[in-house]
Amino acid sequence: MSHYSKRLLKNRIWLGLSVGAAMFGLAWLVLILAALVGKGLAGLSLDVFTEMTPPPGSDGGLLNAIAGSLIMTVLGVIFGTPIGILAGTYMAEYGRYDRITAYVRFINDILLSAPSIIIGLFIYEIMVVPMGHFSGLAGAVALAVIVVPVVVRTTEDMLLFVPGKLREAATALGAPRWFMISRVAYRAARAGIITGILLAIARISGETAPLLFTALNNQFWSTNLNAPMPSLPAVIYQFALSPYADWQRLAWTGALIITFTVLTLSVVARVLTAKRSHE
Amino acid sequence: MNSIAIQVAPAEPASVPVEGANVPAKMSLHDLSFYYGETRALHDVTLSFAARRVTALIGPSGCGKSTLLRVLNRIYELYPNQRAEGQVLLDGVSVLRPEQDLHLLRAKVGMVFQKPTPFPMSIYENIAFGVRLYERVSRSQMDQIVELSLTRAALWGEVKDRLHASALGLSGGQQQRLCIARTIAVKPEVILLDEPTAALDPISTAKIEDLIDELKQDFTIVIVTHNMQQAARAADITAFFYLGNMVEAGPTNMMFTNPKDRRTLDYITGRFG
Repeated sequence: MSHYSKRLLKNRIWLGLSVGAAMFGLAWLVLILAALVGKGLAGLSLDVFTEMTPPPGSDGGLLNAIAGSLIMTVLGVIFGTPIGILAGTYMAEYGRYDRITAYVRFINDILLSAPSIIIGLFIYEIMVVPMGHFSGLAGAVALAVIVVPVVVRTTEDMLLFVPGKLREAATALGAPRWFMISRVAYRAARAGIITGILLAIARISGETAPLLFTALNNQFWSTNLNAPMPSLPAVIYQFALSPYADWQRLAWTGALIITFTVLTLSVVARVLTAKRSHE
Repeated sequence: MNSIAIQVAPAEPASVPVEGANVPAKMSLHDLSFYYGETRALHDVTLSFAARRVTALIGPSGCGKSTLLRVLNRIYELYPNQRAEGQVLLDGVSVLRPEQDLHLLRAKVGMVFQKPTPFPMSIYENIAFGVRLYERVSRSQMDQIVELSLTRAALWGEVKDRLHASALGLSGGQQQRLCIARTIAVKPEVILLDEPTAALDPISTAKIEDLIDELKQDFTIVIVTHNMQQAARAADITAFFYLGNMVEAGPTNMMFTNPKDRRTLDYITGRFG
């Protein structure tokens, strides 16, 4: 066998293994999505968005859970995003060469990969126990704690992508640092920072564990932040584990809704990132 | 230590010999040294920049000419562990003293970089950005400033119909003229050009060189260049740097026809660098 044909064979083997591995990974994803769409679509109707979660055996929807998820997600983003953006800005702009930035980055990375159930337990200890009851507010704070490290990371990364010469150019015109950051650096990194926020929303909209310890759940419509609040993931968790067929069907539908929300957010984030790299 | 240094600094700005005349110095350096951490990049440089003339800094890569430029507006202070020692005077006043307002210094000493650095905003906003730092102007005044600056940078005709389009859509040469327009809109007294044509094609380069010739009527210009023809064409005074030292400075035609130092001769005849 000639050297060349040996190399050709090696190439084919490696190519085959790589494609095989990729297919193996994708196959599971396709199976999950197919099951989700198959079972979720069956229960999808207008009622899902207009009716409350029902007792077993009667008709109903997921309106209270969807509303609760929206409220807590929006609040979590409102609480977490400014902290994340400011921290990321400090790390990339003001403290880029400081030792503390390296420490913060390291701790942030740990927080980024911390199991979310620990964050739920933490908020349970510092909010739910002192307040004496579960609450939507505690749920939102737990979600905010998950949002912060994601936004810190993307904000820092995206600001580090902004060419130093652009900062020098603004500074050379006499712009103070805050003005340079807010008018030039943020503008140059805008798409990336927004992408980070979208990814954070995608991340928290499927979180269950931190909500079980904080917002708990609620069978009824509730917008009271000082009381237990329903959420889609918590309802899915409860309904999917139940023995009632109609509850299980609603759980599938809820899972479908979350998945498509996350998918849409990811696609938008991708489009924004692609736009940025074309500029 | 700084306050003592200010007192011993010359009260009257020195003058600089240029062909046919002695021109007063706009900026001058006295025993200027510069350090990147422990590394010394400039060694006791003494040099004056004649008012409303073009001074070119030439020399091989790493000779300290760009470093020197970055001292003049103290832009190096964006980075840690960089420091300057010695005197830098602007109109006879030290700019290295700690109480110097950096924003006012940079308003007087503008800078244009090697790679064009348009801000990610419209052409109009690129110019307005710097102006708004110093003045509160009405919309119509701003329109005038934008038109005037772009006209002086020889760009108005090419962009007047798309002032509100993104500056990132301009060609490299246009972007560089926009950066010059942005700098002169702030009405500086000194303009620092750090290899302003190194990233441009010959036609754009010629336009920028014509522009430099125009601008020296109103501004004191210091240009760092790798291109000796450019120094010969554009500069009234040329200073040659080698390994962090200023070897010699003088009227450009003298430097290129009859340099005093062997190293200058070797460099301009292409024997090294």
